[in-house]
Amino acid sequence: MGRMAFVLRRLLMLVPVAVGVTIIVFFMIHLIPGDPARTILGIHATPRAVAILHRQWGLDRPLVSQYWLFMDRLLHGNLGQSLYYGVPATGLILGRLPATLWLVCYAAVLAVLVSVPLAMIAASRKDGIRDHVVRAVPLLGLGMPPFWVGILLIYALAIHVRWFPVSGYGTGFGGHLHAMFLPALTVAIALAPVVIRALRASMLTVLGAEYITTARSKGVPRSRLFLRHVLRNAVIPAVTVLGINIGFLIGGTVVIENVFAIPGIGQLMINSIFQRDFPVVQGVTLVFGVLVVLVNLLADLSYAALDPRVRFDR
Amino acid sequence: MSREGAGTDGAGGIRGGAGTGPGGAAPGAAAPGGPVLQLRDLKVRIATRRGLVRAVDGVSLEVARGEAVGLVGESGSGKSMTLRAILGVLPPEARVTAGQILLDGADLVPLSQADLNRIRGRKISMIFQEPMSALNPVMRVGHQIAEGPRVHLGYSRSKAAERALDLMRRVGIPDPERRYRAYPHEFSGGMRQRVMIAIALSCDPEVILCDEPTTALDVTIQDQILRLLARLCRESGVSLVFVTHDLPVVAQLCQRVAVMYGGQIAEWGDVRDVLLDPRHPYTLGLVRSAPDVDEVRESLVAIPGSPPSLVSPPPGCRFHPRCAFAEEDCRAEPPPPLRELPGGRRTACLHHERCEDVLATERSPR
Repeated sequence: MGRMAFVLRRLLMLVPVAVGVTIIVFFMIHLIPGDPARTILGIHATPRAVAILHRQWGLDRPLVSQYWLFMDRLLHGNLGQSLYYGVPATGLILGRLPATLWLVCYAAVLAVLVSVPLAMIAASRKDGIRDHVVRAVPLLGLGMPPFWVGILLIYALAIHVRWFPVSGYGTGFGGHLHAMFLPALTVAIALAPVVIRALRASMLTVLGAEYITTARSKGVPRSRLFLRHVLRNAVIPAVTVLGINIGFLIGGTVVIENVFAIPGIGQLMINSIFQRDFPVVQGVTLVFGVLVVLVNLLADLSYAALDPRVRFDR
Repeated sequence: MSREGAGTDGAGGIRGGAGTGPGGAAPGAAAPGGPVLQLRDLKVRIATRRGLVRAVDGVSLEVARGEAVGLVGESGSGKSMTLRAILGVLPPEARVTAGQILLDGADLVPLSQADLNRIRGRKISMIFQEPMSALNPVMRVGHQIAEGPRVHLGYSRSKAAERALDLMRRVGIPDPERRYRAYPHEFSGGMRQRVMIAIALSCDPEVILCDEPTTALDVTIQDQILRLLARLCRESGVSLVFVTHDLPVVAQLCQRVAVMYGGQIAEWGDVRDVLLDPRHPYTLGLVRSAPDVDEVRESLVAIPGSPPSLVSPPPGCRFHPRCAFAEEDCRAEPPPPLRELPGGRRTACLHHERCEDVLATERSPR
């Protein structure tokens, strides 16, 4: 059993997860009152016109057979037509996916960039003033809802000092980096407190380890001690925490994308829910499920890459 | 039963500095320019919830160039704390509160951590008891050995790697080119300890502090490691301070020994003198409680009682509550200082002649 076999097994586990997601989403969305045909045709729609659309979309069939049809298409890589836009849902989602991935990765990088130095400062003098500050202040970020943090940031940094645009995605790498800073920071503020705490705790454990005494007895300077010996060991447990929380965060982007008007799949999802655009909602949810599983797989793989003691056999 | 290893190739369970001992030719006397390392009235206090622990309470000793000095005693007698104090790697709640640690005559106690970093690993290095937990689990073994030369000697990456390979060869790690890139968990206990030794040797230090480096190893490996240390000592003229509770190990490796009790030195002198002809009742108890392979005793003699509380030690001689020779003067403060005996020996016992009497009656022909 090598790394490849491990990855394959984990990818196979995606199948039951995906099936579970489709079942839950499919039946839940049909529980929501509202009718896509009436959304499109407006309030003056005749019953006949509604019936024609229903027939055209297969909505007049029993739910189970609708689900069957959906799964049959899905296995052919087809998520169905968007009821609202009249284009394939797959293309719609793929077109929106990059913005969301950008936001998630950007936020994760920002969170790590903020967390590593802060955790180091906190752990280097346990129970000192700086430790207490580093432990207390980020809790504010954890306590405030992200959409509120986002609005505050927009007000302060986009409207007041005009360093960043109020909304949008930007064009090109630099454009994305600039335009997406505030939304990414918003997400990072929600993510960082958890990572800081995890990293600080594992650094304190590592600092008590005998091999740190060895490194000190070798006369390794403090900066090198922290980077090469403490941090390198402490990130291993923190990576898992980061992975799990990025999973949560993917769901959180739905709100943030709407606050900042980022054309990602989160925004697409909200709009599609309002339009009762069933195929798109199902597709986006499925993509979210797959993303969460992939991120956790990635966390496990990086865990193994960071810790030479991890073996893939079992 | 871990004691047999030390006596495998000799007649007695206790041997002097000759044979495998490093620097066979009178190391103490041959030292030019005085001792390499000298402790003067060293005191270490540990702040705990129960009060201030006097972990090391006025320890003085000296280590000559190329000499191996043993530091023996029960758990909690202050041996390891003494070693850690020398390197400045005490636990955070412990402090050196008095005394001097002289390396080549210069005091290390007032130095900052940054200043100590120029000495640690370069002039003094340390080998730990548990080679598994003492090696960084996520760093390649070769890099851990090469780190010292990189940091202290300013070696380039490739030059440091070469140095590490050379050291791995010297400490007897087979196939060093392949093992260089391995991680500690891929090594056996004995090989890990060889890695530790290579790390300790990496900058050609003057003193290596050994904190029970063979305790976690099985007997045959223990013997190999001791021989390796003795050989390296002889070849490179490095001095050893060897902490252990294992008397035969001290006998195999060291020239002089300090017996510690309750944070203080009870007895000091040549290994052969101290272990064969103790002048302190605690040493006598230690020697008798060690199983002897050659001379099967009726039963092992345990020292009655338990080690003293270091928060509120007994007044006077720390050992008097457990001592069969104790008299009124042993309970008087301050604790009896070390007194000089002929042959460069020192004892803290006021009634050390009683040891002679006991030994004389025991050894008289039955």
